[in-house]
Parts: sequence; C-alpha cells; structure tokens
Amino acid sequence: MTAAIRPSISACPACVAAPGAQALAEQALHKDAHIALSLPLIHCSACISSVERALTAAPGVKSARVNLTLKRATIEADPAVTADDLVRLLESAGFEAHELDAGTLSATQNDRVGRDVLMRMAVAGFAMMNVMLLSVAVWSGATDATRDLFHWISAAIALPTLAFSGVPFYKSAWSALRVGRSNMDVPIVTALLLAVVASVWETALSGHHAYFDAAVALVFFLLTGRYLDHRTRAIARSAAQELSALEVPRATALREGAEVQLPVAQLNIGDLILVRPGGRMPVDGTIVEGQSEIDRSLLTGETLPVFAEAGRDVSAGEVNLTGPLVVRATAVGRDTSLHRMADLVAIAESGRSRYTSLADSTAKLYTPGVLLLSVLSFIGWYIYTSDVRTSLNIAAAVLIITCPCALGLAVPAVTTAASGRLFRRGMLIKDATAMERLAKVDAVVFDKTGTLTAGTPELTNLADRDAAELEVALALAQGSSHPLSLSLAAAASAAGVTAADVTDIIEVPGFGTQGQWQGRLVRLGRAAWVGATPGIDTAAWLALGDAAPRAFVFSDRPRPGAEEAVSRLKARGIRVLLISGDNAPVVESLAQRLGIAEWQAEALPAEKSARIASLQSEGHHVLMVGDGLNDTAALTAADVSISPASALDAARVASDIVLLGSDLTPIADSLVTAQSAVRRIRENFKIATIYNVIAVPIAIVGLATPLVAALAMSSSSIIVALNALRLK
Amino acid sequence: MEVLSYLIPISLILGGIGLVAFIYTVRSNQYDDPEGDANRILNDDWDDHPKP
Repeated sequence: MTAAIRPSISACPACVAAPGAQALAEQALHKDAHIALSLPLIHCSACISSVERALTAAPGVKSARVNLTLKRATIEADPAVTADDLVRLLESAGFEAHELDAGTLSATQNDRVGRDVLMRMAVAGFAMMNVMLLSVAVWSGATDATRDLFHWISAAIALPTLAFSGVPFYKSAWSALRVGRSNMDVPIVTALLLAVVASVWETALSGHHAYFDAAVALVFFLLTGRYLDHRTRAIARSAAQELSALEVPRATALREGAEVQLPVAQLNIGDLILVRPGGRMPVDGTIVEGQSEIDRSLLTGETLPVFAEAGRDVSAGEVNLTGPLVVRATAVGRDTSLHRMADLVAIAESGRSRYTSLADSTAKLYTPGVLLLSVLSFIGWYIYTSDVRTSLNIAAAVLIITCPCALGLAVPAVTTAASGRLFRRGMLIKDATAMERLAKVDAVVFDKTGTLTAGTPELTNLADRDAAELEVALALAQGSSHPLSLSLAAAASAAGVTAADVTDIIEVPGFGTQGQWQGRLVRLGRAAWVGATPGIDTAAWLALGDAAPRAFVFSDRPRPGAEEAVSRLKARGIRVLLISGDNAPVVESLAQRLGIAEWQAEALPAEKSARIASLQSEGHHVLMVGDGLNDTAALTAADVSISPASALDAARVASDIVLLGSDLTPIADSLVTAQSAVRRIRENFKIATIYNVIAVPIAIVGLATPLVAALAMSSSSIIVALNALRLK
Repeated sequence: MEVLSYLIPISLILGGIGLVAFIYTVRSNQYDDPEGDANRILNDDWDDHPKP
C-alpha cells in the first residue's frame, strides 16, 4: 500500500502542482465568453424581445442584452458558445447579425468625457434651480438683510458650482489664450469672472443686483449644448469603431506545420498564412500552394474574379473565393499596399479641414465683437460716472447678455436632431461639418461594384437553357460555395428546377466543379476549363460530355433602393454620374437600367478623382459614393463622401458618412435632411442675432437688471432649441 | 421670516437629493441606451411577474 502511494507524492512535485495549474487553466477557460454582435436592422420593442428571447434560449447563453441605441447585443455565454453559432441563430430568426471584435469595442465602452460633461451639467442645473429660487424672492421684493442673506446663500451655491462646472470652458479658453488665439470660450470665461467679481462686490456692499443666477444659468445652457454635441459625436464614433470591429482581425498562420490563430498584428514577413475560401487576405504576399479564384473588386472595381495559383502575388484586401490558399507574407500590417493607400488618404484628408463650419465663422466675428462692446461700455460709463463699481456692473451685464447661450445651442441642437434622424435611417455622420457640406451637393458620383450593385451576381439567361442543362447545372452548383454557383443554385431552385442525379461531384479550386452524369463527364466552371472561349460577360460555363459548352450569364444585381435613390436624386435636379473601374458593357447596362445618362468605364483611381476635380471646377459641389480602395482618392477629393458599411476600412475612413444598411434610398433623404438642418442653423443664428440687437442696447444703457438678463437668456435658448426640433 | 431658516435648508436638501439620485443614475449606466429603454416599456414580457 505504502509503496503504491509513495511515488505519487515523492516522485514528482510537479505532478502535485499540475492539477492546481490545470484547475487554474480550466477556470480561465470557464470564464464566460463576452460576445458582442452588431444588429444593424433592429428598430422596435418587438425586435428587442425576440432577439433577447432567441439568444437566451440558445444553449450555453447566460444572459443577453440588446442596446437599441447602439444596435448591438452583448452576450455572456459559456466559452463553448461561439459568435458564429449565435449569428446563425439570429439569422434564422430573421435578424441580420455580425460579430464584433471585443478588443476594438472595449475602447468605447466607457464614455468618460461624456459622463464628465453630464455630471458638470447636472451640478450646474441643480445650482441654477436653487439660485433661481432665491433670485425670484429678491426680484419679487426682498429687501435689506433678507436680500443680502439671499445673495450670500446664492454666492455660496454659485461659486463652488462655477469652479466645478465651468472647468471645460476655463481649460479651452486658457489653451487658446496661451498660444495667443481666441475662441468662443474666451468671452464666456470673461463673462463668468466679471459676473462673479461684480456680484460678490455688490453683495458685500449690500447692493441691489447680483448676477449669480445668470452666471450659473449660462454655464448650464452652454454645457447642455456641449453635451448634445459630444453625444452626437460619441454615437458616431462608437458606431464607426463598431464598423472596424466588424472585421475581426485574425489570421490562420502555419507555424511548424500546425495551424495557429493569430491576431493580424502579430504576423511577420515570411509567415505562411492559410486563407480559406471566403476569407480576406490579411497581408501582401505570394501564393505558395493551392489554386483558387480571387475577387479583387474592392481594390480595383472589376467584378470578374481572377484565377490564382502558386507564384502569383496577392494584395491585402482581396477575397479568396474557391480553394484554400497558402500565402507567404511579403509585407504585413502598416507596409501592406492596403495600408499604404489608407495612409495616403489620411494625408489627403488634412486638406479637407479647410472647410470652415458656420459655427466657426460666426464665432470668429462674434468673439472680438463682444469683448470690444463690453470694454467700450466700461470705458464709456467710467468717463460718464467716474464710478468703477457701476461701470464694472454694466460691463458684466453686457457680457452676460451677449454671451452665446443661443449660439452655443444653435448648431449642436440642430446637428443632434439631424444626425439622430439620419442615424435612425441607417446613416452615420462621422464628420461634424459633413451635414453643412452635404446640404450644398448638386452632383452625385456613384461607383458601381459594391456601391450601386450589391456585389452578388444574378443569373440573367435562365430561360435560355433547357431543363436537362439546368438540372445538371444545379446539381454541380450545389457542390460549390463559389458566388456564381450560389447564385445559380438559388435562381434554379427558385424556378422550380430539381437537381439531376450527378455522382462523384468534386470541386476543382480555381476552375469549377465536375461530376458524372449518365456516364458522361459534366463540368461547370471557367470558360477555358470546359473548352469554351470566354466572353466579356461574367459567366459560368456548363459542358455536358463532348457537347458544346453552354454559358450561364450573370449580371451584378443593383442594391435595393439603387433605382429609387437615383430617380429621386434626378427628380431634385441633381446631376448623377456613374464612374467605375469595370469594363464598358457592364457599366453601360447598369447605367441604362438605373437611368444614369453620364457614365464612364475602366476609370483608374486617379481618373476618378480627376473627374471629380473637373466637376468641382465647373462649380459643382460633389458627393462621391464609393466603397473600394480604388475609390478612396475620389472619396477624399469630393466635397462630401458616403461609403456603404460593406466598404473597405480605408474607404470608410476616407468618407464622411457611412451607410449602415444595404439600402441606398437614405442617400436621397439625407440631402433633404441636411438642407433643412442648415436652414434651421441659419434661422437659429438669426434668432440669436435679433435677440442681441434688442438686448445689447438695453444692457449698455444700464437697464439690464438680473431679471431681464435671466428672462432674455432663457427665452432665447429655449426658442433656439425648439426651432431645432422642428427639423423635418 | 423665521420660516426661511427651515425652508431654505429644506429646498437645498431636496435639490441635493435630486442631484445625488441623478449622479447615481449616471454611474449605473442608465443613460447608455435611451432608445432601448423607451421601447422596453412597451414590452409586455414581464408584466405579470418581475424579471427573475
């Protein structure tokens, strides 16, 4: 007995330690998996409950919560559950779902800045209500000691509040002043400081007027505008980040013969990388093994897949279609051609910031004007009365009255309403000034592949083929996951064709599928492989034994809403152009189908941007809609640009607006919304100006009591905010 | 006027409670999904008994 027990204790201490380590490892494994899914199409309470019900009913899922604002579901589940299972589950329940990379998302989980502003806004709101309560008592006739007491209590509330809530303004004003510039926050901070100094002085001398309520209200209204502004941008930013998170950056590397899943960032030059059918090339490289077809449409715009075999060079971003490929990396990460092009875009992008937004151009006029006005009234009153106290009071009143409450709300209130509206229709405004630039658009340039077309082929000559051919083709097509096969199988099944009894079906990657049918060899695939001469159309060829090969011709299907978007744009008198890198017949047929008169085929990336530049020199404001790497230069050159969510990361980065759904109709709507938003912004500026024209003289002649200031300030801010809500 | 010595502290305390409650809601992520919350109230899943 002892002999039997002994070895296990004494022989290897590691064995004793091992179970502990194993338990630890298991624990780590059993830590719940956090899965994030993007659900671009959910929109109602029924969607929330059916998604949550479907997810929680899935085995292994512990909890699932839908966030409708972000159109996202977060799931805690056993480690065995994979995102793919859940995506399939939701798709069978009728919801489009995509996996999100948790690493990319976690950066946006906690919106620190937003919370910070919200907290300061809440404190300012609390202080404003209480100070206002005391001020109302003063205005309605409190006198002597009571008034002084109320003023002191107001000061006790307002001073700490201003110290805490005003921090964003102090910081921004200081950073501008330090480099010798001025911004909107400089007069705000001056007004706050002046109001505090004048009011404390008045209170100490038991004077009649103190502006504590106005100072706190000013901070509250401005923080409200700032929070709205921040929130709009935070939503856009998190949604943009979500799009990046959709591309889970993992690659399968072959290291010493074993397959290892690695983050793309950890790949090295010389690594062998396995790219499965349907996968995107993570690196630039050379094929060392395998045959397949490669879809290069995102890079060049061509729809026809290219044949690929050992020795051919591939670029990051190309999609492998049929057979597994092993690629030796020649450039990784930042050095890939994909990234180099994206970097070029980043350089070009800095050129666009030349656009000055309406708010900036207003602020440029406004800031010196207000400061000058206040200094002049101080000097004027000092000359007139020789009393610093009165002059300071008047100067403070002028600054407070003119302070840009309404201006601070004028733009953010409208852009918040407008981007919220567009976001609900599936458009994501990434850039703050995009709305204003969009409102001016009078020419729209579309890319073809992946933008106007869905990138999925559609069989066009089903009726030309006889039943036997269709039956065999369907049987062969079902044996492959090539896009043409999938489309052929779908079209044939929809037409009621049943698959013929084809045996020994094998897929020959890069060529097609073949099998035996009634003792004959049958093949469906590339023209050269079945012995046909290739035409210019996208086609799969079917050969039945020795009979002449028959073509199944495909055309690229327009995206849903493409026709409607184009016709609505034209109805609004907007010039619509189609510029594609694809060959002429394909582009022409699509242009005719959609009713686009001006089209250009086989355009190189540089030609696209040159065409846009020539449109701009004709005085057009151009909107570019594109998705590929070959569009990025054009997207950057245009006045404003839109890319679909399916676009390459580089193209999305280059564009101002991302179209989240697959429908194109919102493009036409967005122009209407943008125009009406800009109209509202201008109206708001007008309201703010009228208010100033009335209020400033009152302040300068010294009639602006704290009551008048409070009324004027609140009413103008509320009018501006209400006007923003009128947005259609 | 003695009543002021009660009323002013009371109003400040009430307002302060509101402020604290608001800060609590911000800290516990209650503003993360305003649209979802607006829609969830229409959902009759847990009308008969509370969510476990």
